[in-house]
Amino acid sequence: MTKTMIEATDVAMALGEGPGRVDALKGINLSLAGGELTLLMGPSGSGKTTLLSVLGCMLSPTGGIVQIRGRSTTGLDSEQLAELRRDNVGFVFQSYHLFPTLTAAENVRLALDVRGEHSPLARVKAAKALATVGLSHKANAFPRALSGGEQQRVAVARAIVGDASVILADEPTAALDSENGHAVMTVLAEIAKDPARAMFIVTHDPRIMPFADRILRIEDGRIVSDQRRGASLSAVRTLKYAS
Amino acid sequence: MTLILTLASRNLFHDRVRLIATIVGIVFSIVLVTVQLGVFLSFERMVTTMIDHAEADFWIVPAETKSFEGSALLAGRERLQALSVDGVTQAIPVVVGYASWRKPNAGASTPVLVVGAPTTSAGLQPWNVVEGSVDDLSMPDGVAIDRSYFEQLGIAQIRGRAEINNQKARVVAVTNGIRSFTTTPHVFASLERARTYLGVPPNRANYYIVRISPNANAAVVRSQLAASLPDAEVLTSEEFRHRTRVFWLFDTGAGAALLGSAILGIIVGTIIVAQTLYSSTKDHLKEFATLRAIGSSRMYILKVILAQALISAVVGFSIAASIDLALVKMTADAALPIVMTLELTAGLFGLTVMMCAIAAVSAIRVVTRIDPVLVFAQ
Repeated sequence: MTKTMIEATDVAMALGEGPGRVDALKGINLSLAGGELTLLMGPSGSGKTTLLSVLGCMLSPTGGIVQIRGRSTTGLDSEQLAELRRDNVGFVFQSYHLFPTLTAAENVRLALDVRGEHSPLARVKAAKALATVGLSHKANAFPRALSGGEQQRVAVARAIVGDASVILADEPTAALDSENGHAVMTVLAEIAKDPARAMFIVTHDPRIMPFADRILRIEDGRIVSDQRRGASLSAVRTLKYAS
Repeated sequence: MTLILTLASRNLFHDRVRLIATIVGIVFSIVLVTVQLGVFLSFERMVTTMIDHAEADFWIVPAETKSFEGSALLAGRERLQALSVDGVTQAIPVVVGYASWRKPNAGASTPVLVVGAPTTSAGLQPWNVVEGSVDDLSMPDGVAIDRSYFEQLGIAQIRGRAEINNQKARVVAVTNGIRSFTTTPHVFASLERARTYLGVPPNRANYYIVRISPNANAAVVRSQLAASLPDAEVLTSEEFRHRTRVFWLFDTGAGAALLGSAILGIIVGTIIVAQTLYSSTKDHLKEFATLRAIGSSRMYILKVILAQALISAVVGFSIAASIDLALVKMTADAALPIVMTLELTAGLFGLTVMMCAIAAVSAIRVVTRIDPVLVFAQ
């Protein structure tokens, strides 16, 4: 039986005030389970990134409840939200956001360092995470010496090294060519099989749909469709990554 | 080991131009502060050098005396009054005054400070005598000067002759290292000769150096001295030193100017470091936002910035300290040498760290307001 890692109940998010107020999210109800790779697709301005920010505890919703492994984010201040992210959420960004002055291994270890893990075990964990994404041989390389795909895989290693129960990815393949995009998605899909971890990917890229267990579509701040792997996903499965 | 220091140092050394600007700012600031404080310390020591070298238990000084160099004459009866107090063994007269030194062969004149005391008793004698002797001051027209003033006073060697206030003077003793904190050299003479040069009547003096019996109660003696000398003041050497320091360092404004320059140096250094740390932080804003996004606490980010400030402080201070040591050596024989003590060095290091920490405030203000959502901006 899969376990719910993150749950949004009637979540609303209003940005701005007065005449400039925008209702970015309207009554979002969502539950992400471990062992599942969920895609969120939708046009620009539909609320994808806002939903990712709310689920990732970067923004507090103006309405509704978000729970990470049963813990509500309601009423938490920025430090408490940071703590919740630190312990439960791993991020993968479109632009990788690696630290150019740190090696691949150090970039991965950083996610443990902010949690106060400085022991030799942290190095072992970082090495293991890099091995998971197939980059053990690049552990001492700086980001500038890595290809875009390799940098994104280092970012994936950073996201998983702390055993986060939720991996949130923002357009992880958008900056990559087909081959590297495929490689990154293969790694993410493999990681997503872990029942202790839910993966949620925001994307515009239809080529990654075959990797999904579930596809959500969002428009104007509302989820308008929720398709799971099976009959309804069989059509999209025929889409092949152009590799 | 935590990555905070690694991240901080690599952020700093990654942008070498900015790092150099930061270090130059710190070095400039600390060298300026050291020079000012070093000169201040030197000045502080030099203004009391005569008091430091006098063997006094107490000083009898004219009322409202502000410094060793600038006192009026005592009435003359103080010596006997002092000697009549139980426990007082000696009351040694000292005469001090500015005079005009005319170089040999009708040369130009230059001001000097004449210091006269009996050559036969301890009290205030020239020290570090390297040629001649203190006893030679009892020779007719005999005076002692420091060898560093030979050129200024037109003297080529011992036994050189000149005039003080149009009266003969002959260098019979030479000292080494008795420097004046002004451009006015000290000239030591016997008490009688000094009175003659300065036109001080016999039996009168500017000060009396009081020495008491080892068994005497100093507080009681002082109290009795003060009671018997209502028109004069009785000071300990420390009190006289303090009074002289206050006059030269603060009443004249000289010390305030030195301290003012030192403070200016700190302000300039702080601004330069603050500016470079701030711009460095702005340049790394997305990295700090990423740290925040992956769950780092504000404290973690503050530590990174403070570590950057601390590394800058250590590197900057090390370079500044090397330059300071060179300056100390270079000015060792100058009229006002820069003094560097262990306490000053430690204090300057603390000051450098504090300056850099304060400079980091603007950068810290930026990161404490950082929004992790920034990581989603392209």
